[in-house]
Amino acid sequence: MATTRRRTKAQEAQSNRPSADELLGYYRDMLLIRRFEEKAGQLYGMGLIGGFCHLYIGQEAVVVGIQAALEQGDTIITSYRDHGHMLAAGMDAKGVMAELTGRRGGYSKGKGGSMHMFSREKNFYGGHGIVGAQVPLGTGLAFAHKYRGDRKVNACYLGDGAVNQGQVYESFNMAALWKLPVIYVIENNRYAMGTSQARASAGELYQRGSAYGIPGRVVDGMNVVSVREAAEEAVAHVRGGNGPMILEMKTYRYRGHSMSDPAKYRSKEEVNKMRSEMDPIDNLKRILVEQGVIDEERLKTIDREVKEIVTEAAEFATQNPEPDPSELWTDVLIEA
Amino acid sequence: MTGMSETTYRDALRQALDDAMGADSTIVVLGEEVGRYGGAYGVTKGLIERHGADRVIDAPISEAAIVGAAVGAAMTGLRPVAELMYVDFLGLAMDQLANQAAKIRYMFGGQVGVPMVLRTQGGTGRSAGAQHSQSLEAWSVHTPGLRVAMPATVSDAYHLLRHALTLPDPVVFIEHKALYTRKGGLDPAAPDAPWGRAVVRRPGRNVTLVAYSRMVHSALEAAAALAEAGIEAEVIDLRTLNPLDMETVAASVTRTGRAVVVSEACLTGGVAAEIAARIQEDCFDWLEEPVIRVAGEDVPIPVSPGLEAASIPGAPLIADAVRMMLP
Repeated sequence: MATTRRRTKAQEAQSNRPSADELLGYYRDMLLIRRFEEKAGQLYGMGLIGGFCHLYIGQEAVVVGIQAALEQGDTIITSYRDHGHMLAAGMDAKGVMAELTGRRGGYSKGKGGSMHMFSREKNFYGGHGIVGAQVPLGTGLAFAHKYRGDRKVNACYLGDGAVNQGQVYESFNMAALWKLPVIYVIENNRYAMGTSQARASAGELYQRGSAYGIPGRVVDGMNVVSVREAAEEAVAHVRGGNGPMILEMKTYRYRGHSMSDPAKYRSKEEVNKMRSEMDPIDNLKRILVEQGVIDEERLKTIDREVKEIVTEAAEFATQNPEPDPSELWTDVLIEA
Repeated sequence: MTGMSETTYRDALRQALDDAMGADSTIVVLGEEVGRYGGAYGVTKGLIERHGADRVIDAPISEAAIVGAAVGAAMTGLRPVAELMYVDFLGLAMDQLANQAAKIRYMFGGQVGVPMVLRTQGGTGRSAGAQHSQSLEAWSVHTPGLRVAMPATVSDAYHLLRHALTLPDPVVFIEHKALYTRKGGLDPAAPDAPWGRAVVRRPGRNVTLVAYSRMVHSALEAAAALAEAGIEAEVIDLRTLNPLDMETVAASVTRTGRAVVVSEACLTGGVAAEIAARIQEDCFDWLEEPVIRVAGEDVPIPVSPGLEAASIPGAPLIADAVRMMLP
């Protein structure tokens, strides 16, 4: 099971340096996302997952680092590259994978698929397929936090493609105007589908809120410790009633935009260089080993545990029955 | 307050919001000019004084974010009333309405709903021109996952809005700009009929006129004129387009054998076509004549009063259609 690495008050009181246990937890959570996505890719290749399937491989440090800075009750919303966000939020791998295969045991009973899942328990608000459309929703979640006075924040993820949608700026203005508790996490993986950031976006993305007075910060999104550190600062700012903040995560997706994308718009060398030099999981592992936090035996144990979770999820997702035909007509509207 | 009193469509809407907000602290009103200005058509006047700026919120001119923020807040259990000043502005917010609000319950497997009301107004009658006079209910009716209400009367303005503010799903609540000053009786304790049921506004045995929103009044006017010639037209007010109460319609048409569907929206691809098709499917064996649609012209709405009036059905056109159907 994926664990949610939320910090206790005692931990918060200490310095920003993550403990060895925390680092191990991040390593495990990132590895779970990586292995989960690899398995999803395999199942897709075998024809067991249809439709869209946007893999998160390469970007794992972003969600794990952000999640580490959130507390119970904070809400999360994202777009369609969402499997990692759900696992990081603590959602059950079986339910996520079964949704990818369109089975009744999936989070959305097989009616949502890869892009559309939700968990009230984990405060995960989807899973949205229209680029940028989750940003007004996240702003509305933040509005609800403020209206209720619950001192919770919303983490609203968007990509480097979504930053060019108009409704994002309507939301920025509202959030700044009303000092809403929302962190806009721009996951800049450098490609909006097949179009590079340079070919689609003028200026710097972290500055996209500057006209509204929204502070922005660039973060090494390939380093979970950097992400956590920036996220903690942003959460403190936002929870303190100072209005929204933008974090631009410089990250990279190793796979294509979706499973049908051969990714010919970039070179193999570019991808290989990122994988070999910048990989968030390999780099953290190296640090953990060098610092003596972890030995080979412990690494193997974690690998095995993660593999078991993913294997179990895949088995569930392929053996669980498809939805009953009657489900076609349920959940459209509640009769009233 | 109990008992019947005379008021206007606008005041009934305001009272519905006021009463609902008094009873339910999860209701917030969000839109352009809804607060200090009091609403472009005055519907929300005074609400900010009564319920505070935290609950009656003047939004920037950002329709997509107004509706989208309402959707997000509604997912947490708040009950936002998002106002679009004109239904014509739906184009700016249609993504949030059609792709988010309408889809969330279904695509998340029923785990979460969007209990919001999108209040707006449409229709002709004020020379507001092509971009401020449309009847766009078909956009919402053609989107599964949305409720659609279009009150014609003062009483329904109050009761349908109060009911909409109890529903678990998004409701597109379309008022008519030419009805705001219309007067009528209101008893806050006594709705015309349950939500989702059509109401027979005038009984008759020769022909059924099916209408909604302002066209109910045009149909009633036509029925009065026809009565002078001995033709008894039954007038049905649909009140809501989702749910669409075809039972009441069919019960009437199977008696009269003739049906005219009246809509202010332009003819082609409109709600009237859907209703006509259903009558034909449900009542074919009882029909003496083909179902007729009397609807708006397939043109943008012009400004000049004569042209504007000619772009939509009036009572004479409805009466003519009825006369054509009768032997």
